[in-house]
Amino acid sequence: MTRAAETRAEPTLVVKGLKTHFFTEAGVVKSVDGVDLTVDRGEILGLVGESGSGKSVTGFSLLGLIDPPGRIVEGSIRLSGEELTTAAPKRLRELRGNRIAMIFQDPMMTLNPVLKIETQMVETLQAHIKIGHAEARARARDALGRVGIPSPEERLDAYPHQFSGGMRQRVAIAIALLHQPDLIVADEPTTALDVTIQAQILAEVQTLCRETGTALIWITHDLAIISGLADRVAVMYAGRIVETGAIADVVAHPRHPYTHGLIGSVPSRNRRGERLTQIPGMTPSFLSLPPGCAFAPRCARADEACGLLPELSDGPHLVRCFHPMDRGEPA
Amino acid sequence: MGYVLNRLIQGLTVIAAMAGLVFVGVYAIGNPVDMLISPEADQAEIDATIARLGLDKPLLEQFLNFVSGVLHGDFGTSFIYNEPAVRLILDRFPATLELAVSAVLIAILVGIPLGVIAGLIPDKPAGRSIMAVSILGFSLPTFWVGMMLIMIFSVWLGWLPSTGRGETVELFGIPVSFLTASGLKHLLLPAINLALFKTSLVIRLARAGTREVVGQDYIKFARAKGLPESRVILVHLLKNMMIPVVTVLGLEFGSVVAFAVVTETVFAWPGMGRLLISSIVQLDRPVIVAYLMLTVLLFVIVNFVVDLLYALLDPRVRRKGA
Ligand SMILES: Nc1ncnc2c1ncn2[C@@H]1O[C@H](COP(=O)(O)OP(=O)(O)O)[C@@H](O)[C@H]1O
Ligand code: SF4
Ligand SMILES: [Mg+2]
Repeated sequence: MTRAAETRAEPTLVVKGLKTHFFTEAGVVKSVDGVDLTVDRGEILGLVGESGSGKSVTGFSLLGLIDPPGRIVEGSIRLSGEELTTAAPKRLRELRGNRIAMIFQDPMMTLNPVLKIETQMVETLQAHIKIGHAEARARARDALGRVGIPSPEERLDAYPHQFSGGMRQRVAIAIALLHQPDLIVADEPTTALDVTIQAQILAEVQTLCRETGTALIWITHDLAIISGLADRVAVMYAGRIVETGAIADVVAHPRHPYTHGLIGSVPSRNRRGERLTQIPGMTPSFLSLPPGCAFAPRCARADEACGLLPELSDGPHLVRCFHPMDRGEPA
Repeated sequence: MGYVLNRLIQGLTVIAAMAGLVFVGVYAIGNPVDMLISPEADQAEIDATIARLGLDKPLLEQFLNFVSGVLHGDFGTSFIYNEPAVRLILDRFPATLELAVSAVLIAILVGIPLGVIAGLIPDKPAGRSIMAVSILGFSLPTFWVGMMLIMIFSVWLGWLPSTGRGETVELFGIPVSFLTASGLKHLLLPAINLALFKTSLVIRLARAGTREVVGQDYIKFARAKGLPESRVILVHLLKNMMIPVVTVLGLEFGSVVAFAVVTETVFAWPGMGRLLISSIVQLDRPVIVAYLMLTVLLFVIVNFVVDLLYALLDPRVRRKGA
């Protein structure tokens, strides 16, 4: 088989057994501790979990942007067939912003305050392709237009502080899309924005990704946000994926007690007036996780079996639990 | 432009306040006759000067005379040189300015790269060593370092001269040393000596700035865009880090001029700091008064320029100020 044929056969992203640990003075923080993910070409995957579950660290690991004291200690990340964990720094730089891009959580902090929007876009183009300034500027202008920024020609000469939060995030999205990457990692990009703008931006990014065939990992702590837009969802708890499957299936029939709790704590229209079920307890500290299932201290179904680490099951709807809920059980 | 006007008024207020202080210090407290007339003068000279300076007039009138003198740049005549005090100082000003500017340039050229390196690798041996050197630079007294420099480079090695300014040439009508080989040789040691303290300061500022900026999302985003590390550091990091460094350094320029007194004395550099010291020793009060007023003026002008520069560097300020 030729290399091209191999590449075509592979999904956009295959992550296996990824472990990213931080070696702090207080101990080793195992923020990502054996994560498996697969994202097909053009697919939208929601990565969901409470704050502190390791979603951002997973995202930064994919781009090779983990700073000391953190480091990827184990596992494999294959982007369109190419292994990233062993790639040279130079190769990673070539791929970043080009084949794999990222959108950050806080649009107010993402753009450099002392550089014009034009500079920040043109440099992204010129970092990866040979292109003259005038042509790069024209492409930057078109990219701004595509994400819904009015009068893009004039806005190119503005500085970030002259934009609202929503508009800044659109600029960041335009930058991420510049090279039509294979994959965009969007790390809670709408959390800091108004609810109406959130939905708008999510819908637009979805459309743009579909147009360019770009796969998307949308990180969020709020399952409701992505339930209408993602194809599949992976639920993360304490550095591991505890459930993954088609979004409709997972939302309608959550199998992991944690996912069940997450859905229970999302207010929804047809459940209005009902008491919200909360997941008892707090997000655990990575420095004092129980030896077996990390969710055990908060789980109503926990028993002696849960003192061991459950494996992820097989099939299209995977769950990491000794006593998963059945399809028949009320969600 | 309201911003510029505002700064201008502030500056003028400072100058007026300083004029008041100097007047109180020299004229109102103590006996102005003793303060302003050479102790070697005979009675006839004393009487003539009292009449000329109007020291027999009421205090208010004296103050108005003093202010009018300041406005005309007239601070009286040096007892020692028998020349207008302002002229004496302005003649020596270019030498001091050249020394101070050279020192600041050295501080920037040496301090910023070292500070950035120390900020990028704070825990590595190189980062720690840079900080240790900067602490040393802060703690060693300038005059002692100056003498050590003379010992090593002039006395032992004989590479560089230890006193004077060397050959000068006129640049826009101002005599400068740095354009002749002999002048440059003479300039090097005093400039390094004067730069020492500020270099340490710049290293600290640059390191603190680097550490703050490097943790910002926009640096991570710049890397996520796939920019070469050189561009991340030289453009994204440096442009943000330079704002506080330039501001502080600019504000410190006045104190570099003031510190030059020590260096000029050690290296017999013919600048206005050395003139000040000899004027103090010889009780040449008109020169001291003129020095104080001109230094304040310099501080005010420098701060004003720094404000404008700051606005130029930071688009957020520029916007508000416009
Ligand atoms: N630089 C770091 N040093 C030490 N621990 C870190 C660092 N970055 C992240 N962590 C730890 O990793 C865990 C997961 O963080 P994160 O991925 O940001 O969570 P999420 O994005 O799901 O809210 C957190 O508990 C945090 O303490
Ligand atoms: S393995 Fe046990 S403790 Fe963990 S989620 Fe399942 S039932 Fe609960
Ligand atoms: Mg996060």
